[in-house]
Amino acid sequence: MSDGRFGVFGGQFVPETLMPCLIQLSETYEDAREDPAFAEELHELFRHYSGRPTPLYHAERLSRAYGGSKNCRIYLKREDLNHTGAHKINNCLGQALLARRMNKTRIVAETGAGQHGVATATVAALFDMSCTIYMGELDIERQHPNVLRMKLLGAEIVPVSSGSRTLKDATNETIRDWVTNVRTTHYIIGSTVGPHPYPTIVRNLQSIIGDEARRQIVQVEERLPDALIACVGGGSNSIGLFYPFLEDEDVRMYGVEAGGSEQGHSAALGEGTPGVLHGSLSYLLQTEDGQVKSAHSIAAGLDYPGVGPEHSQLKDSGRVAYYSVTDKEALSAFQDLSRLEGIIPALESSHALAFAKQYLSDSRSKPGEVILINLSGRGDKDVESVEKVLNP
Amino acid sequence: MTLDEHTKALRDSGRKALVAFLTAGYPDERTFVEMVKAASRAGCDVIEIGIPFSDPIADGPIIQESSTKALEQGITLKRCIELAKELSSEITPPLVFMSYINPILRMGIDRFAKDADSAGVRGVIVADVPLEESEEVRSVVSEFGLTYIDLLAPTSSDDRIDTIASGANGFIYLVSVTGVTGANSPEASDVTRFVERVREKTELPLYVGFGIASASQARSACESADGVIIGSALIKMARSVEASEAPEKIETFLRQVRGAIDEVADSATPVENPERTE
Ligand SMILES: Cc1ncc(COP(=O)(O)O)c(C=O)c1O
Repeated sequence: MSDGRFGVFGGQFVPETLMPCLIQLSETYEDAREDPAFAEELHELFRHYSGRPTPLYHAERLSRAYGGSKNCRIYLKREDLNHTGAHKINNCLGQALLARRMNKTRIVAETGAGQHGVATATVAALFDMSCTIYMGELDIERQHPNVLRMKLLGAEIVPVSSGSRTLKDATNETIRDWVTNVRTTHYIIGSTVGPHPYPTIVRNLQSIIGDEARRQIVQVEERLPDALIACVGGGSNSIGLFYPFLEDEDVRMYGVEAGGSEQGHSAALGEGTPGVLHGSLSYLLQTEDGQVKSAHSIAAGLDYPGVGPEHSQLKDSGRVAYYSVTDKEALSAFQDLSRLEGIIPALESSHALAFAKQYLSDSRSKPGEVILINLSGRGDKDVESVEKVLNP
Repeated sequence: MTLDEHTKALRDSGRKALVAFLTAGYPDERTFVEMVKAASRAGCDVIEIGIPFSDPIADGPIIQESSTKALEQGITLKRCIELAKELSSEITPPLVFMSYINPILRMGIDRFAKDADSAGVRGVIVADVPLEESEEVRSVVSEFGLTYIDLLAPTSSDDRIDTIASGANGFIYLVSVTGVTGANSPEASDVTRFVERVREKTELPLYVGFGIASASQARSACESADGVIIGSALIKMARSVEASEAPEKIETFLRQVRGAIDEVADSATPVENPERTE
């Protein structure tokens, strides 16, 4: 068994052509971690370019609306206030530094919601690298504002028409490009998925979310939160929040998958079985015959039949509980936060909010709890799609 | 005869190996079976049966499309094994499965190896299992007497070539281009250089695949390699005609390739290798 396992999950299920490059990436990353200049440069970029630390905001009106008489306090970790509008930039800045260390001149990436595509196109512009983004045709339609942003940032956008024309298929095409151009090209994978070392690198880069949130909540509440809630697509914003709290036994953690609609869902952890997709072994929506099923979600960034391998381990160990909420519930939460707090959340993040509403309305929560939700991104990209659903 | 013995016998007799890759169930089950028989008649030495997978990341558009079409018609790994069983009793060239790992894991590696073996399949290639992940599947299929085939790529370092070659059996599949199947054809000089790099490390037969699309490319690859694997070119041909004409179309083409690589073999002296004839 290879390195980079999370229990039995993870691994490096890729064609031989890519192995030397994964080995190089592991070595480069190990090297960078020992180099104080790497940490310092990343820190400077976080601080002056993307706007970290992001605020931790006590959402009082939302707390009252969702918590009723329970007197709970909901805090939002404002990843939506990052430059480019989501947590994705945390990962992209770090990986761009790694790409430069490996002397790669070209970047490729997949995108679903377009947030990772925008963040990748952004760092490619900043680091003067050429950039190609693969995006499913369905996502190009439903996340149109982000397509325009990527173009302005100088990226080439390749529409993907195979399969369900969403994130899974865009990822296949990105891997094919990478296999072909691996000598010059770095693949900035957008979540804690893919072959080792990606799930570890992305988790470590996103852990800045939990590191900050921990400090911030202790500062205002003088204690740790009772519950952490985050949406789970590939799993990067959630693991980024959870990871620094994993050892804190009293902090409960909830990962929220996309429950979709009668058209289908994306609950790989809730409904899937272990299988290999995109280079790693993890829970997967698949048929009896080992063919990958199409996922569905109103949120393009959650519309993926797989999930990061570390979440599979956290599910099996019971450390994190995974639930799902439907398209409809996410959509109401989207409207709730907009009206109650003046914050338009991403449809992905709205899944975390919708779960918080359920959580606070039943016996899983106790009075007076402190709940920390990762608001992974802002909803500017979603306003057109939401309008179409609300006023067809 | 095991695949290992078969490929060594071919090499020792000075015959260049011709390997046809066909996607199981494409364009439909019956035509697929007829195409395999046609490939056998045309003088192929090994037939690779591609197991369709929903997300074939190592394949270019041609094989992807063939997999999608076959899956739409309901092909499953179980059915692929049944088709292999039917074929292995009718044709002489050994059958090798080329798959992605997930359908195999889903069936269970043990059951897969056992059923493939009883269907008369002689070897297994897994496109997305590199050395680091190969231990279990390699040992299980070998236990059942199947040969596990390794791949090497132009990006493989000398150290990796050394390690992989020293544990390999049957033949080594040399991926001739940095990329996916069928997208680009390799430069002849790159193939020669790659074959020579691997040749330094192993006595095993070396077969070149990915992007070999014509008799002349096959011939030039066989100047250095021990054989060629042709896949996308066959699927593309099958796609260009009515299903009923596909077997004949690929047979004619494979006969040309056979002729071309036999010329290379004839112009070279057969390999004398006394150590191997014990
Ligand atoms: C705002 C936002 N949140 C969450 C996700 C889901 O990804 P992950 O689970 O990796 O955080 C995405 C993906 O596009 C996103 O754009």
